[in-house]
Amino acid sequence: MAKVVLQQGLADSFTDGETHWEIDAKDVRALIRELDAKFPGIGEQLNSRTAVAIDGEIFQDPLLQATPSESEVYFLPMIEGG
Amino acid sequence: MGNEEQQFKILNDSTRDAKYKWVGTRPVRPDGVDKVTGRATFGADFQIAGMLHAKVLRSPHAHARIVSIKCERALALPGVKGVITGADFPDISPQMRAAGESPVVVRDLARNVIARDKALYHGHAVAAVAATSPLIAEKAAKLIDVEYEVLPHVMNVADAMKDDAPVIHEDVFTKGVEPKPENPSNVVRRFEFAVGDCDAGFEQAEIIVEDNYSTEAVHQGYIEPHAALVSISEDDMATIWCSSQGQYMVRNYTASVCGLEISKIRVIPAEIGGGFGGKTTVYLEPLGVMLAKKTGRPIKLVMSREEVFRATGPTSGGVGHCKLGAKKDGTIVAAELTLKYEAGAFPGSPVQFGCMAGLAPYAIENAKAVGYDVVVNRPKVAAYRAPGAPMAAFAVESAMDDLAKALGVDPIELRKKNGSKEGTQAHYGPKFNRIGFLETLEAAESHPHWNAPLGPNQGRGIASGFWFNIGGNSSANVHINEDGTAVVVTGNPDIGGSRASMAMMAAEVLGMELDRVKPIVGDTSQVAYSDLTGGSRVTFATGKAVIEAAEDVVRQMRERAAKLWEVDVDVVEWQSGHAVCIAGGDHQPLSVKDIANSAGRTGGPISGKASINASGAGPGFGTHICDVEVDPETGRVTVVRYTAIQDAGRAIHPSYVEGQMQGGAVQGIGWALNEEYIYDDDGRMDNAGFLDYRVPVASDLPMIDTVIVEVPNPGHPFGVRGVGEVPIVPPLAAVANAIAAATDLRMTDLPISPPKLLDAIDSK
Repeated sequence: MAKVVLQQGLADSFTDGETHWEIDAKDVRALIRELDAKFPGIGEQLNSRTAVAIDGEIFQDPLLQATPSESEVYFLPMIEGG
Repeated sequence: MGNEEQQFKILNDSTRDAKYKWVGTRPVRPDGVDKVTGRATFGADFQIAGMLHAKVLRSPHAHARIVSIKCERALALPGVKGVITGADFPDISPQMRAAGESPVVVRDLARNVIARDKALYHGHAVAAVAATSPLIAEKAAKLIDVEYEVLPHVMNVADAMKDDAPVIHEDVFTKGVEPKPENPSNVVRRFEFAVGDCDAGFEQAEIIVEDNYSTEAVHQGYIEPHAALVSISEDDMATIWCSSQGQYMVRNYTASVCGLEISKIRVIPAEIGGGFGGKTTVYLEPLGVMLAKKTGRPIKLVMSREEVFRATGPTSGGVGHCKLGAKKDGTIVAAELTLKYEAGAFPGSPVQFGCMAGLAPYAIENAKAVGYDVVVNRPKVAAYRAPGAPMAAFAVESAMDDLAKALGVDPIELRKKNGSKEGTQAHYGPKFNRIGFLETLEAAESHPHWNAPLGPNQGRGIASGFWFNIGGNSSANVHINEDGTAVVVTGNPDIGGSRASMAMMAAEVLGMELDRVKPIVGDTSQVAYSDLTGGSRVTFATGKAVIEAAEDVVRQMRERAAKLWEVDVDVVEWQSGHAVCIAGGDHQPLSVKDIANSAGRTGGPISGKASINASGAGPGFGTHICDVEVDPETGRVTVVRYTAIQDAGRAIHPSYVEGQMQGGAVQGIGWALNEEYIYDDDGRMDNAGFLDYRVPVASDLPMIDTVIVEVPNPGHPFGVRGVGEVPIVPPLAAVANAIAAATDLRMTDLPISPPKLLDAIDSK
């Protein structure tokens, strides 16, 4: 099971404020599908406006990145820059 | 060195990694001579037969409803060929997002390009006119009759957040708060990032420091104003020549705003005279496309410096509060950071990045950062190096200085004791992989500057900073020419010397002499999509694409040599720019030139390519030391010595890394001491020019000393980390901390201009 953490704002909007989840999914796409099945509408948000940190490494615009068991997955704002 | 923790070094000529021929050297940049002799072609230099000149009519009000626009008088002027207003652009749904790396709200982007029902800031484009000369266009713009209903305006977060504040957007309801608001607000969104339990943390604290801080909006201050030339062919293909940080960004945004297919636009990048984040959006290009469509003629638009100040994005001003709690041994047990940033006239300040970056240098068990994105009647903010981070670091690093003083410890020691390292969980979530923050502190501690004697009225400050760094989408082509020279084509404008670093990385992989590798910045039709030049991503991400493309070429050249020698490719190695057969036999090594000469007979031209979404960008950290001298009679602050220290991972071209560090430091010093937008009571900017908007110039400053620390990033073949963002993060607090040391005054409002400091000195 991947340990999944949502931003508080997203959690307030979709998960009654709960930020920490354990989800069995092979990659980011499957993980978002699982979350969307539990909390309809969150998938669209996670697919369009976020980056994902998997075990500390940040992926912009992720989809197929693996989410191994015991990995730590954080949904973050997409990082911009000047 | 066997110990991973010790795998870093301070770069100098004797510590450069000898296994590389080009990486870490300092060749002259390929674009350098053209730039210093005036041959380089910038946005405003392009001319085309039959082109018209366009001028933009801008709102004289900070907030006003547009009742009517009448263009008859302007159109009647001889030489005028067309006028456009917001009504000429397609309607766009609020849900539409532009293609590209950071999907922007197209409706907001379009309404920033040209106002529709309301003008939202002084300088907001309201109409544009094309004529046969710039003078006629300027005269015609004054003949466009606009009737306004002037509305009350708000210029800062304090006023904009009041319950009775004039609301700028009736459809903005604050997100991220409970219960969901029923009334529109200027507060667009609340963000929160937290780890641990802050209340419990502060309960444990034996010493607490806290203060309020404020910073002013500052402009990126690039030397070259925005400029664009647009031509539309008979088959409706638009070609745009312009200065920007991303030709694909210009293409995508312009297509979205104008309702065109992306394939209908080709963008040819000009040389760019600075961007620093300010050229990551479009202002003129959609106006040019619509005027070109309307008039049937090519359109040229060039902003004046005044227009740049009045209508293009600065970064946010804002206010903040920072509270730190520590044990007497210096362990920080709790931190709270609150930030409220001006977004300008449309949602989207970088406050969430400030919340994430401000506390990132420190491993704090209980930490919380809360941010508010607030719209005001100013130009929409644009990115500026490490967007959002310098203002946050100003608060945190000033508080760190106060905490060190309260604890009676050395400020470097306090930072080392609490500094983030590999395995530290950032308060915004993920754990850091290999990073080099502590190494920058060690380099600062051992630098002669740190212990050098100070003169009268002088003080020394130190501050640190962080930026995430990003990868993203990049493409590269590497071609081998018939004579064995090579061309490297990438899709990123060269802002900080990237042509040189791309060529150096390609030459390193190919084993070729650098002067036989020619780097080219391609247009949108020459190489596949690349995210824009920004976020300190190009040397990292586009560099990875170049390396992959060059490796593709090496693979092909080994295959061609194997065919010529009639051996298996597995026994052909690539050594120092030559194919070498390791299976024995009478096979003389083949050079690139040899293989290129016979390419037609072994399968055709040799060309490698790579298109990637690069991950593995290593976070960047820096630490700056600043000495100032304060004139107690005038309040003037002079920076007398400055040292910037930064982990670059691996410096491909050390001179250009140093240039990034020096440039960021200087921009941060200007932010700390001088730069600010001054508005009159009607929300009109009073200092829209470099004479009154004071950026530091060379005579204001000492040579900025630099120290490159190298903690290689495991996510890049050569260990590269982005370097362009970090150096603007520490200076604001480094300067303020130096002033505090010199005067015993904690200045919490930027800029620390002479009148402000003199007031504080006189009030002591």
